[in-house]
Amino acid sequence: MKEEGNLENRPSNTAFTQQRLPAWQPMLSAGVVIPGFLVIGLAFIGIGVGLLITSRSIQVLELDYTGTETNSPCNKCTTLPIQNNCVCKLNFTIDTLFKGPVFFYYSLTNYFQSQRKYGASLDYNQLSGDLTYFKSPASDCDPYRYANGKPIVPCGSLANSMFNDTFKLYQIVNGKENLVPFDGKGIAWWTDYNIKYRNPDYSPLENAFNDTEKPVFWSKPAYKLDTSDSSNNGFVNQDFLVWMRRAALPNFRKLYRRITEGDYKDGLPVGNYSLEISYNYPVKSFDGTKKATFSNVSWMGGQNEFLGIAYLAIGSMCVVMSVVMLIVYAKFRFPEDD
Amino acid sequence: ELERKLRANDRDFNLSFRYATNAIKTSKYNLFSFLPLNLFEQFQRIANAYFLVLLVLQVIPQISSLSWFTTVVPLILVLSVTAAKDATDDIVRNSSRSSFRQSFRVYEPSSPCLSLDFQADLLLLSSSEPLNLVYVETAELDGETNLKVRQALPVTGELGEDMEKLADFNGEVRCEPPNNRLDRFTGTLVFGGQKYSLDNEKILLRGCTLRNTEWCFGLVLFQSSCWSSAPRRVQDPIFGFLAVMCVVLAIGNYIWETKEGSGFTAFLPRDDGISAGFSTFLTFWSYIIILNTVVPISLYVSVEIIRLGNSFYIDWDRKMYHAHSDTPAEARTTTLNEELGQIKYVFSDKTGTLTQNIMVFNKCSINGKSYGTVAPPTSHRNAVDFSFNPLADPRFVFHDRSLVEAVKLENPEVHTFFRLLALCHTVMAEEKTEGELFYQAQSPDEGALVTAARNFGFVFRSRTPDSICIVEMGKQLSYELLAILDFNNVRKRMSVIVRGPEGKLSLYCKGADTIIYEKLHPSCRKLMDITTEHLNEFAGEGLRTLALAYKDLGEEDFREWKQRHHEASTSLDDREGKLDQLYEEIETDLLLLGATAIEDKLQDGVPQTIEQLAKADIKVWVLTGDKQETAENIGYSCNLLREEMNEVFVVSGNSGDEVQQELRNALSSMKPEAAENSVFLSDATSGKGAKAEDEAVNGDYGLVINGHSLAYALESSMELDFLRTACLCKAVICCRVTPLQKAQVVELVKTYKRAVTLAIGDGANDVSMIKAAHIGVGISGQEGMQAVLSSDYSFAQFRFLQRLLLVHGRWSYLRMCKFLRYFFYKNFTFTFVHFWFGFFCGFSAQTVYDEWFITLYNLMYTALPVLGMGLFDQDVNSSWSFQYPQLYVPGQRNLYFSKKAFFKCALHSCYSSLVLFFIPYAALQDTVRDDGKDVADYQSFALLTQTCLMFMSYWTAVNTFFVLGSLAMYFAVTFTLYSNGMFYILPAAFPFIGTARNSLSQPNVWLTVLLTSILCVLPVVTYRFLLTQLCPTINEKVRQAKATPPPPSQRARIRRTSSRRSGYAFSHAQGYGDLVTSGRYLRRPPMPRPSGFVNMGRATTGFSPMGRSAGYSPTGRSQNTKAPDVEVTSLQMFRTIPDPAL
Repeated sequence: MKEEGNLENRPSNTAFTQQRLPAWQPMLSAGVVIPGFLVIGLAFIGIGVGLLITSRSIQVLELDYTGTETNSPCNKCTTLPIQNNCVCKLNFTIDTLFKGPVFFYYSLTNYFQSQRKYGASLDYNQLSGDLTYFKSPASDCDPYRYANGKPIVPCGSLANSMFNDTFKLYQIVNGKENLVPFDGKGIAWWTDYNIKYRNPDYSPLENAFNDTEKPVFWSKPAYKLDTSDSSNNGFVNQDFLVWMRRAALPNFRKLYRRITEGDYKDGLPVGNYSLEISYNYPVKSFDGTKKATFSNVSWMGGQNEFLGIAYLAIGSMCVVMSVVMLIVYAKFRFPEDD
Repeated sequence: ELERKLRANDRDFNLSFRYATNAIKTSKYNLFSFLPLNLFEQFQRIANAYFLVLLVLQVIPQISSLSWFTTVVPLILVLSVTAAKDATDDIVRNSSRSSFRQSFRVYEPSSPCLSLDFQADLLLLSSSEPLNLVYVETAELDGETNLKVRQALPVTGELGEDMEKLADFNGEVRCEPPNNRLDRFTGTLVFGGQKYSLDNEKILLRGCTLRNTEWCFGLVLFQSSCWSSAPRRVQDPIFGFLAVMCVVLAIGNYIWETKEGSGFTAFLPRDDGISAGFSTFLTFWSYIIILNTVVPISLYVSVEIIRLGNSFYIDWDRKMYHAHSDTPAEARTTTLNEELGQIKYVFSDKTGTLTQNIMVFNKCSINGKSYGTVAPPTSHRNAVDFSFNPLADPRFVFHDRSLVEAVKLENPEVHTFFRLLALCHTVMAEEKTEGELFYQAQSPDEGALVTAARNFGFVFRSRTPDSICIVEMGKQLSYELLAILDFNNVRKRMSVIVRGPEGKLSLYCKGADTIIYEKLHPSCRKLMDITTEHLNEFAGEGLRTLALAYKDLGEEDFREWKQRHHEASTSLDDREGKLDQLYEEIETDLLLLGATAIEDKLQDGVPQTIEQLAKADIKVWVLTGDKQETAENIGYSCNLLREEMNEVFVVSGNSGDEVQQELRNALSSMKPEAAENSVFLSDATSGKGAKAEDEAVNGDYGLVINGHSLAYALESSMELDFLRTACLCKAVICCRVTPLQKAQVVELVKTYKRAVTLAIGDGANDVSMIKAAHIGVGISGQEGMQAVLSSDYSFAQFRFLQRLLLVHGRWSYLRMCKFLRYFFYKNFTFTFVHFWFGFFCGFSAQTVYDEWFITLYNLMYTALPVLGMGLFDQDVNSSWSFQYPQLYVPGQRNLYFSKKAFFKCALHSCYSSLVLFFIPYAALQDTVRDDGKDVADYQSFALLTQTCLMFMSYWTAVNTFFVLGSLAMYFAVTFTLYSNGMFYILPAAFPFIGTARNSLSQPNVWLTVLLTSILCVLPVVTYRFLLTQLCPTINEKVRQAKATPPPPSQRARIRRTSSRRSGYAFSHAQGYGDLVTSGRYLRRPPMPRPSGFVNMGRATTGFSPMGRSAGYSPTGRSQNTKAPDVEVTSLQMFRTIPDPAL
């Protein structure tokens, strides 16, 4: 009966059109899942132990200098007006050698650098050195856009609120204060320093800032941030760059200096130290705290026990689950029928 | 609209009424209107409008939490993809419509033998045939395959084919507005100052097929203007969820602003006039923008793409391609694929859908000897060679040589047998060229019998009103036709009285075996027994049987009888009764000749398909215009009704009470306890919102309901009884139903059962049902196009339905559900992270991720893996889907995307987002090179990795490529966007410069990614593994079993049961014999025909209780032997539902 003369409408016979593409269909069979869990579990426990040991080897020293407690040496600075150059000193002792290179951070808590409007209050074009934006900063910078009828450079809340406490560390040797040298170079990201932020192509830099105003809270204009190093001024000042990289969480830590030079190349030796703080930055209004932190790093970054513990916990859970699954598989599995 | 007025050839007059015009508008757009129109249309879609609102919000600086491009890029992409799709749709539709249009030339002369489908309701004006008759087939409307006659008014008939006269014709028609009644039409024609009444006789309904008529002219009365079925879509309940999240965050913002923000003003002063309260308000909208990723715009596009892809699979499927008619399957709608996986009820037409509408003379029993074997299909080896007969029909195939031998040996009984078949019928013959015969039969059964006689050497060649010319074994003979004792549903037989060439008078009779047996001469007793055996055998094979008998008449007796016959036929009172009595008198002492067996050929694979659908828990209801016996027969032969069923109820009451009683009886015998509680709706109110619960019953039952009973059963007082009884049955057959009733039945199930319904049919009479059901399927590749045009899917054979549902429907549903779960999972997770971050950024609507990441997350990074899954995923392959039809059941219950599944998915994404946010939070807090934003990006990276791994169960090379490609793309795009070059181009848009290389060089970032990925995946793996072990679903069991090779596809012939159930269903109606003998061909009728439908040899369209077949019960039970009222009750006029199809 079949008269297959004209078959022009016949669909083509390919694996794709006929939905016969070769495929791999993984099955959650006991032979895969249970050993899989065991292997993952053991691997995680291994990683966890490694991480934990590494993390434990990292030394951290944290000093709170907010000065809310009345017995704190910095207490006096919280009551004074901000403009007064208040200096307070914190003394501390190091019992074992603090291995180098030592990193010195400042920490702020309850500080919302992650607030959207705060973070958006800047002008990227201005910060990349575009002079037209020196004259008319982006509207995002409001209310730190103009001051005294002149445009603010750098404009915006983020730049305006730049952290301006400064620190000096002394080792007290026989009652004498030895200045521990701080290295402030290369603390910002390479990309920030070389690409993202640019000073205008002006020499001297100062002239580019003609007819502009410094940010309201700043004591000196951007081109005078580092008097000792002319290349560390303007928008590529390392401290400025560090501040401008916003923290995601309300409690954060920012790199201030590294201790890599002189006698302190191998770390901070045992002894008494004194940290001299010029206390400028107010945090009392929003119940924030300020800390100074010394830390060294390992291959996995700074101290963080969480990752090691988490790996250990999940690894052990996997091992336990593989045992549970083995029991279920052996005893309670649904009877095979067809 | 109470009345419709129109005037021929007066366009302005007709247009003044604003009726739907003749023009078929093919395309929606033109070149210039496309952009504005299409955009306007697109923005009417709620989703697109929503994104437009979002865009507006983003422009407001106080609110804007994201740059404008995060919405614009996807929106433009989506709009252009949709516009492209609309444009191609429009072009395709345009071309298909115009080719389709060319086949209608209603006004033009049509060549003979060409069948022509009418596309509008026409008033017949004139025709080529004598007396302005036209022959039409109304099978598409009412399922009756016999030819019907329509006749034009004499006054219009005079117009002939004179174009000028026709053009000047200015008759004015007043008639009823378009309605669903096929059997009644009232109107008047005013022409030349005279008023003529118009009735159904003069109307050619849309969907009729013109036969045997060279040309006709008509006046278009109604033209439908609507073809397309309304699209259905799914609404999203997620917007509420989004609003709740935003409210929570806005409240959080209020608290933060009052507690923390006020202290923080030193560094972040508030804008003028923005208080904490107002800031809360703004924050709400800002979060609406950020969290819009729960319902990203790409969802709609992806869904469209997946649907389109799955539609293409249907078009491309070779297993749904019918080579014989060169017809591939076609998905005419792309939006319903996943509903194909949820079908609970299938409503099927019979003629042309389950059956081929081909009757085949398969077997016969002559004088106690059985001939014929049912040969395997497509085998020609054993076919009888009919070359001895130059007039034989080459298409006729018979598989028993001994019968030809018997004919050649001039066995007298065999000769009489075939002579009877050649003489006793009402078939018309046409001989265009010498030796090329075409038969116009009222029913295909008759055609098959006459064709059989023709091939065995008894060729019916032509007839006049009083003679029949046949060629007997090469000799041309003329028989004088003295009387036709026509068929009616009480007599269940027909006879002819002829005078042979030698002058011998004979009566030849054929009819239902039970009836004929009562009329036989006692001497036939022995033959009766043997023939009965054969009849049982034939019936057991599902064949339709008919007994044949004859007797010779004495010249004197006949003359006397003829005299009385003449008196009776001219008497004025009780003519029918008197004639019946006379017929009864002469049809006695017949001599049995034998029996015929005709196969109403089912389409290939129908019983297997029905069995498969039953296994998949899909209920099949057959809604047919056929008579009850025919329908029941087909029900048995296609495995819908089965012998092993506990009971098959027959409802054929003629009054409301009777029907109700029959339904209640059926119910109580299935479920004795059910009769007590008459409430079975879930809520007490029987309003439209109520849902009828599914009930379970022990045992298999079937229900057969007649059209006139159905009319009562569908009344609002009884419809629930009917529904309840019918739904308890495994199979339901509704016979003699009108197209409107078909639609009503579908609506009833749809309304109360809340189940997805599918209707399948081939003709115009199925259009209403196809449109009423959620999914309409048209059988294509045959004459009528109407069903296909209004359908959502079309293919050539009923058996493809199982592939459409069990394979394509199941996969589409599975893929769509998986896709949606996966999609919502990834986006919920993505969005929830923002929610958690809200607590760490002062609820300021700060984004965690880079804006480019947000823009591209759905468009690039995760689009391909989800699409890959939506297009390629299969849990089990097609042969396993056939092997285990039960796999279809989860779809019917919508288990894969129920509220529970959705909740689970939301819970899972909540967990994942917690992991994704807090693990990096804890792990990277206070570490060197602390930068939360980078972390967040890599959280998302982790998210991307693990989601892909989790949901995929079917990894084709394409999927793998998509997943790996997406990861690669992520890195490529990330490094590009964060590179120096991009920053130089647009410093403001790419502030994330350098983060990638700074973060990804950190080992602890990688360790965190690994940890989060594992932590997201492991619980799911554990859960699934335990579930598979403790209570595996059918899918899992099947997948487990896949280790063994799939079973060979079973195409074993379904064993037929042997009980006798087949009565010959005379499918032609009463009165055609009159036309044959009356000579009205040649003479104008002396008086106007009475109204009603016993006139003019015309079978009524629509609903006719006449023409019921021999009352042979399929299961041996007696059924209603009472002759139904000939009058059409008012009930059958039905409620009018606006249905553009009719």
